[in-house]
Amino acid sequence: MLTVYIPMDSVACAVGADDVAQRFAEEAARRGMALDIRRTSSRGLFWLEPLVEVDTPHGRAGFRTVTPEDVSGLLAIDMAAVRDHLLSIGLVDELPYLKSQQRLLFARAGLTRPLSLDDYLAAGGYQGLEKAAAMSGDDIVANVLDSGLRGRGGAAFPAGIKWRTVRQAGADSKYVVCNADEGDSGSFADRMLMEGDPFLLLEGMTIAGLAVGATRGYIYVRSEYAPAIAVLRQAIVIAREHGYLGDNVAHGGHDFDIEVREGAGAYICGEETSLLESLEGKRGTVRAKPPLPALQGLFGQPTLVHNVLSLASVPLILARGAAWYRNFGMGRSLGTMAFQLAGNVRRGGLVERAFGLTLRELVLDYGGGTASGRPLKAVQLGGPLGAWIPPSLLDTPLDYEALAAIGAMLGHGGAVLADDTVDMGRMARFAMRFCAIESCGKCTPCRIGSTRGVEVIDRLLAAGNAEEKSRQHALLDDLCLTMQHGSLCALGGMTPFPVQSALKYFPADFGLTSQENAQ
Amino acid sequence: MTPEQQTAVEGLLRSHAAAPGGLLPLLHAVQDQLGYLPPAAVPLIASAFNRTRAEIEGVISFYHDFHTEPPARHTLRLCRAEACQCMGGEALAAQLRDSLGLPDEGVSADGELGLIPVYCLGACACAPALELDGRLHARVTPDKLRQLLQGLKGGEGAC
Repeated sequence: MLTVYIPMDSVACAVGADDVAQRFAEEAARRGMALDIRRTSSRGLFWLEPLVEVDTPHGRAGFRTVTPEDVSGLLAIDMAAVRDHLLSIGLVDELPYLKSQQRLLFARAGLTRPLSLDDYLAAGGYQGLEKAAAMSGDDIVANVLDSGLRGRGGAAFPAGIKWRTVRQAGADSKYVVCNADEGDSGSFADRMLMEGDPFLLLEGMTIAGLAVGATRGYIYVRSEYAPAIAVLRQAIVIAREHGYLGDNVAHGGHDFDIEVREGAGAYICGEETSLLESLEGKRGTVRAKPPLPALQGLFGQPTLVHNVLSLASVPLILARGAAWYRNFGMGRSLGTMAFQLAGNVRRGGLVERAFGLTLRELVLDYGGGTASGRPLKAVQLGGPLGAWIPPSLLDTPLDYEALAAIGAMLGHGGAVLADDTVDMGRMARFAMRFCAIESCGKCTPCRIGSTRGVEVIDRLLAAGNAEEKSRQHALLDDLCLTMQHGSLCALGGMTPFPVQSALKYFPADFGLTSQENAQ
Repeated sequence: MTPEQQTAVEGLLRSHAAAPGGLLPLLHAVQDQLGYLPPAAVPLIASAFNRTRAEIEGVISFYHDFHTEPPARHTLRLCRAEACQCMGGEALAAQLRDSLGLPDEGVSADGELGLIPVYCLGACACAPALELDGRLHARVTPDKLRQLLQGLKGGEGAC
C-alpha cells in the first residue's frame, strides 16, 4: 500500500494542505486504491508547502507546493521514477537546507503524527522523563545547570539557576508556567513545536515539575494559535490516559498535571509577570521585580516560568546527558537555536543549528535572499523589539554576546527580511505605534513615550528644513533614551532598538544625511 | 441581554467561577457562545467572582480579543506585523480600504464584514496572512483576497 505524508500544520493548511489531503482521499477512493494518508507535523520548509512526501526504497521523496489539481498525476506516477516528476524535490533528507541543520528540538518535525503517542515513543519520546522520575530533584536541577541551557524566550537567562531558585524556595504549592505567547512577528518555532510535537513540551514541563517540586503546570498560549491550543489539549488527555500526567507520574511517586490557558490578544502577556497577572484573571499589567517570579510568581507562589523551546530542550538533556548537549554551540551560547526565516525571503522556514553560524549564512545561504529578487535592505532580528540590521553587518555570528555587541539581539530567533522597497522611516514609526497599541500602561515612558514617539517621527519625516529635522531628531534620541532606561519592562525598554537602528543605518529614509545623523 | 443569554452566562459561571484565575477562560467561553460580551453580563460575572464591576470591565477592556458589541456576520483579521508588511500586507489593507471603504479597523457599510488588525498569526514564512472566520490563509495575493471576499457575498463564505 502506498503511504503519503501530508503536514497538518496550520500554515501548511493555510496554503492548501487540507485540500490536497482531501483530494488524495477522493482520488484513491475513485480508483479503488489502498492509500494510507498520514497527517504529520511540518518539516518547517515552508516555501515548499504543501509538501507531500512518499516512501521510496531510499527514503522519503518529496513533491513541492502541491495543489489538488496535481494529485491525480501524482497517484499515476511510477514510484521508481519519482525524481522525474515536475514537482519532485528528490529525497527530503538530502535537501542541503535540511541536511546541514542540527535538529535536536525539531528532530521529529515532518516525521511523526503530532497526536500519536506511539510515534513519539518510537522516536525516543519520554526517555528523559523515565530517567528523571528515578532521580532526585536536586540531580535533575544539576543536569540542567551543567547543560548550560539558557532561556530561549529572549532574555537568555541561565535556566538551571532559575530551577535551583524555585526548587529551594519553601512553599506549599509551586507552579511551572510555560510562556507560549509567541507574539513576535517572524517567529513561529513555538507554534510549530506545539502543533507538531506536543508531547515534547508536556514531557519537558513534567520533568521541570518533578525537579522543582511543582504539582501543577499551565501553558499560556496566545489566542491567535487556536490549532496549537486544540492539539495541546488533546495531547494532555492522551498523556494522562497513559500515566505521563496526573498522579504518580511515570511511577516516580510525584503528581503533576497541566492545563492550557488561552491568551486574549495582548502582546504584553509574553512578558512573564504580565503573563502571570493574566493567568490570575487580571489585566496583563507588568509587575515590578523583585520579587522574582521564581520566589513569588503565580498566585504568590514560587513559579518556574519558561518559554516553549526552553522546556522542550529539557527531555533531550535528561535523555542524552548535559555533556552531550554542551557539544553544540559556542562560548556561553550552548545547544541549538531554532532560527526562523520570514518576511520577504525566498526560502522561509525553520533552521535549527548550533549557535555560531553567521547572519549571512542564515539569510543568504538558507534563506536565499529576498523572495522579490530585489536587493536586501535590512533584517529585523528578534521580533518587533529587535534592531534592523543592514547588509554590511551580515557577518555577525548569531550568538547572544556577538549580537549584543552590535546593539542587536537574538530574541526568539526570528529574522524578517525586507527588500529595498521598504521605507525604514515607516518601520520606525510602526515600532512606536505598535508599542503604543500594546503597552500595558503601567509605566509612563512606555505608555506616553510611545505615543509621543509616533508624533515626533511624523514631525521628523515631515520637516521641511535641516534645522527642524535636527531638532526633531534630537528630541527622538532623547525620547528613545528615556524609554530605554526608564521603562519597567522590555516593551518600552527595547522599542527604541528598531527606531534607533533605522535612524543609524538608513538616515536617508528620514530625509537625513549620514553627516547630520552622526551629529 | 436576552433571557437565553442570561441563562447561558449563568451556566458558564457555574463551571468557571471556582477555577483559580478563571476569569479569562470564563470571558472566552461567554464570547465563544454569545459572540460577544454583553455589558449586562458584567454585574453577574462580578458577583460570581467576588470582584467589582470596575475590575471586570477593566479586564475586558484590556484585552484586544474581547468585544462588548455583537460582531459582524464575518470577521476578517488581517496581519499588520512586520513580516507581512514586508510581503505586501499593506497593499491588502489598502485594497480593503478602497473596495469596501474599510479603514484599518471597522465594519463594512452593509454590516457584513468586520475588519480587525492583528499582529502576527504565526504564518510569517508564508506572508502575508489573514484569518477569515477563524480560518487561516497565507501567501495571500490581491486576487486571493478578492476571491475570499467574493465567496462571502455568495452566502456560502470561504469558511
